[in-house]
Amino acid sequence: MIRAVIVINDQGKPRLIKFYDYQPVEKQQEIIRNIYAVLCSRAENVSNFVQDSTFGPDTRLVYKTFATLYFIVIFDESENELAILDLMQVFVETLDKCFSNVCELDIVFNFNKVHTILDEIILGGQVVEMSSSEVIKAVDDISRLEKNPNSIVRVQKSISGWQ
Amino acid sequence: MLALKQLHDQESKNDKKRRLHSSCAGHFIKSHNSNLEQLKTIGRELAMGSQGGFGQSKEFLDLVKSIGEARSKSEEDRIVLREIETLKRRINEPDIPKRKMKEYIIRLVYIEMLGHDASFGYIHAVKMTHDDSVLLKRTGYLAVTLFLNEDHDLIILIVNTIQKDLRSDNYLVVCAALNACCKLINEETIPAVLQQVVELLGHQKEAVRKKAVMALHSFHHKSPSSVNHLISNFRKKLADNDPGVMGATLFPLYDLITIDVNPHKDLVASFVNILKQVAERRLPKTYDYHQTPAPFIQIKLLKILALLGSGDKKSSEQMYTVIGDIMRKSDTASNIGNAILYECICCISSIQPSPKLLETAADAIANFLKSDSHNLKYMGIDALGRLIRISPDIAEQHQLAVIDCLEDPDDTLKRKTFELLYKMTKSSNVEVIVDRMIDYMISINDNHYKTETASRCVELAEQFAPSNHWFIQTMNKVFQHAGDLVNPKVAHNLMRLIAEGFGEDDDTADSQLRLSAVESYLKIVDEPKLPSAFLQVICWVLGEYGTADGKYSASYISGKLCDVAEAHSTDDIVKGYAVTALMKVYCFERAAGRKTSLLPECQSLLEELSASHSSDLQQRAYEFRAILDLDTNAIENIMPLDASCEDIEIDKNLSFLDDYVQKSIEQGAEPYIPESERSGTLNISKIRNHNSYEHSTHSLRFEAYEVPKPVVPTNIPTTVTYPTDLVPVTVSEPSYQPSVQPTWPLVPVSDAGSGSVSGSSELKLRLDGVQKKWGKPTYSSGASSSASNFESNRTMVNGAPQPDTVISKPHAPRQSHVEVSEEKQKLAASLFGGTTSRSERKQSGGATGHSKVSRITNPGEDKVRPATVTAVVQPPPPDLLDLGEPVADTSGYSSTVDPFKQLEGLLDLSQDVNAASASASAAATTGATASNDPDLLSLYSGIDTVGNQNLTSMNGSVNPTKRTTSLTKGPNLKDALDKDALVRQMGVNPTSQNPNLFSDLLG
Repeated sequence: MIRAVIVINDQGKPRLIKFYDYQPVEKQQEIIRNIYAVLCSRAENVSNFVQDSTFGPDTRLVYKTFATLYFIVIFDESENELAILDLMQVFVETLDKCFSNVCELDIVFNFNKVHTILDEIILGGQVVEMSSSEVIKAVDDISRLEKNPNSIVRVQKSISGWQ
Repeated sequence: MLALKQLHDQESKNDKKRRLHSSCAGHFIKSHNSNLEQLKTIGRELAMGSQGGFGQSKEFLDLVKSIGEARSKSEEDRIVLREIETLKRRINEPDIPKRKMKEYIIRLVYIEMLGHDASFGYIHAVKMTHDDSVLLKRTGYLAVTLFLNEDHDLIILIVNTIQKDLRSDNYLVVCAALNACCKLINEETIPAVLQQVVELLGHQKEAVRKKAVMALHSFHHKSPSSVNHLISNFRKKLADNDPGVMGATLFPLYDLITIDVNPHKDLVASFVNILKQVAERRLPKTYDYHQTPAPFIQIKLLKILALLGSGDKKSSEQMYTVIGDIMRKSDTASNIGNAILYECICCISSIQPSPKLLETAADAIANFLKSDSHNLKYMGIDALGRLIRISPDIAEQHQLAVIDCLEDPDDTLKRKTFELLYKMTKSSNVEVIVDRMIDYMISINDNHYKTETASRCVELAEQFAPSNHWFIQTMNKVFQHAGDLVNPKVAHNLMRLIAEGFGEDDDTADSQLRLSAVESYLKIVDEPKLPSAFLQVICWVLGEYGTADGKYSASYISGKLCDVAEAHSTDDIVKGYAVTALMKVYCFERAAGRKTSLLPECQSLLEELSASHSSDLQQRAYEFRAILDLDTNAIENIMPLDASCEDIEIDKNLSFLDDYVQKSIEQGAEPYIPESERSGTLNISKIRNHNSYEHSTHSLRFEAYEVPKPVVPTNIPTTVTYPTDLVPVTVSEPSYQPSVQPTWPLVPVSDAGSGSVSGSSELKLRLDGVQKKWGKPTYSSGASSSASNFESNRTMVNGAPQPDTVISKPHAPRQSHVEVSEEKQKLAASLFGGTTSRSERKQSGGATGHSKVSRITNPGEDKVRPATVTAVVQPPPPDLLDLGEPVADTSGYSSTVDPFKQLEGLLDLSQDVNAASASASAAATTGATASNDPDLLSLYSGIDTVGNQNLTSMNGSVNPTKRTTSLTKGPNLKDALDKDALVRQMGVNPTSQNPNLFSDLLG
């Protein structure tokens, strides 16, 4: 299970924080400070993995730097490090498509939209979507609906088709 | 416009506008013309100005900007605090336009992200979820999921909205509500939405079905019992038409299978089939990621298969083909392809081994390790660690790669490699590996990991130590550098080990071990900054064995111990150990018939401690002083030589008191009533009632209240027996009530007393149940052959590698084209030298050790000193049983919790067994409870209280005979009815909430 997705910039300022199990604000900040300290001390050209004891002995942390930002995912042993690395890729790709050429400021000013995107990819700590075009489609639907509540064709619930 | 310009300047200054293109993310970098990009940036900023920037107001823009410009954390805090003040004021103004409100909420989220408290605005976020506008509603949900935890008080205000939204005919609203369900619904509120979520599993839109599955999964995660009856739904949804929904069901199924494999064995064929279809690209193209079909689904399926196939030949066989296919097809050039490959290796190493697959896995690992990417090396090392459990030989061909990883600057990789080494340690390479681990342990700062490494070193050293000397040296190093981090149990183990020796009957080896320990400790003890735990071990060993060999004089050892106490004057625990050790040294000298006098520094230490603030130290000092006046015979019994491993017999029934009790009863005292019978039904039913009450108020009811029904007594005899049977207990013995009352306080005391008895039986050296790390698990068999094996391995480790066994054929080709330093080769040889497996080594180690078990079962075999012998001592019994007023200071002492004693409990008693055996003897003679509490004086005080209490209960006016018969528990129908009536009287009726309550009570 994924425990947290964090985006911080190279000065340690949080840009996006999403914990999949609740952490009090102080604890969140402490975690971010610790992670930032660890990431700063890591050399270049080393692995993207850090064994991390934030959430217990078996949690790992995968990070990836994109320009001025660190993207960080913390997860337990039921996930695969390499796959999570690609998941971050999907996330950033999606951001890039949504904000056409994304930068740090886009994330700062639109973090509600960034959250929407993240929610389409990861739900309840599990990866539910790996295709950036599908994510964008869903997010577009949502923003169209937000702009014009009548634009979406209403779908009748049908329970008959099931079972 | 000016502000805009400034913002632009500032951005270019801070280079915040750098695009998020990673150098390693080649496949999505768009090669923009830099001019174009500049234009675009400017254009965007223009747009920002016109509509408030990214859709936000200028205020928010300014906030972000000023925070970005803040030079220090305190400046940032000031800005945020000002913002909080503004928001607090504004957010409570009447008639805020909704759009404005939405922005306030977003600003709240922002300031909370920066680590400031935004709780004053939570309620507004909750209100926003009620809004009709989808935009506002979603903002509300977002804020609420970020702000609140599932147990927050405000959650209850959202449940209703979620219920409404789940019913919405707009599927996006439903999705938003389901998202919120995953995060916000807690155990209590699950019933409120459960039905709706289950219905949504059949929704027309696959996105909704998927999210409904995830919501159910999160419910299962939070409270398995509330959705247990719905597990079949997960299995049904596995056959959903939409691959996304099917993929989502894998998460709950994975969790369920992790908990218990067996109920899901029948799904093996389905999973294999699905995996096959995925791998054969039967899924729609949209599920591909970089030409790899649905990687996360594949990975999850492989993880599930690994669980299902573990130790199950039949299931495993079904998987071989598909795993082989996937491995063959996997794209080793892409990251995700390697992720799947790695997962295949994990699966192969978990299921019933297949030689062919193992071979493929080994090849894949080789490729990982050969790669230049640190990520792949890391995965390779991890995979290797998994595979060597099945085929231990595989490590050998990768030895140089492993050593490279060990010396890699990447700390993560290094740690992973140490993990691997830990897994492949055997007696032939233990010295090299543990030495390296200790060096690494010294170099790391992370306390958590340091502790782990230290305990691993200890574990390996205990398991594979080639010699006493090495073992003691290694332990010294570990303790010196991480003494305060390691588990206190480790210190205890070390003491026990030194006390018990290796386990062979050979006493000379044992005394050699002790001597070498004493010698090394005497060398080390003067060093500054030794950790407390290590000093405790040192003091104990010096006290117990310092003078045993006659090599060191008592005064020398005493001097050292006094130095320790002096140098660590702030550490009461160490001082306590030192004083007790001094006492032992003195006693052993006296027992040996030598004329001894206390060193002056020892005298002054005693004087100092007699006035110590710590009652424990004071007590030890007084004990020591008391011992000084005793004769040799008594001393010998109080402090028997080398008796720390002896068992202490405890007479739990206190049979030696029988005469006394009998006499008292004859003289008219009341017999003692066991606590269980004394407290009777009343007590128990109270507790039950309390529980059930809690249970019924705990969960919220969301369904409407039922129409109240008249209570129809289902059991007529109940109401009849109520007045007849219950009353005698509570009413017809009015004299009983007050007489019980005074005994009440005794219940906890006697409880504690019994607790201490059981506790003490735990505390004593229980060698039978304890896992033996030091002794080798296998013994006797193959002793001679493996012993020679052992010898050869050791020479290999210590000396230069023996060419014939070490760097032989498998590495020859590698050597031919890779220039490998001699040093590395040596290291490789010492790490991977032997080809014998770990289990063989264990055996070889066992060759030196005679069965430990026999020693454990016959503790008195070689040290004939049965505890009963000690019963000779005759400490003055009368004032112990003189149950009048206990001596003031003793009772004071016994009432306070002594942290030292607690620690001793952790460290085990071997240290105090001398004292304990003496006290047990005291107990035997004085006839109080058989507590072998390590502390002599506290034991006495314990006796005082217990004795008191026994007496009170004997003298107490409790008249038990009637009660014991009427209130015994059991399946007796009459009793059951009594209880039922009582329960009703307490106001609890059986409801659907607590159907088990009565079945419990009524048997």
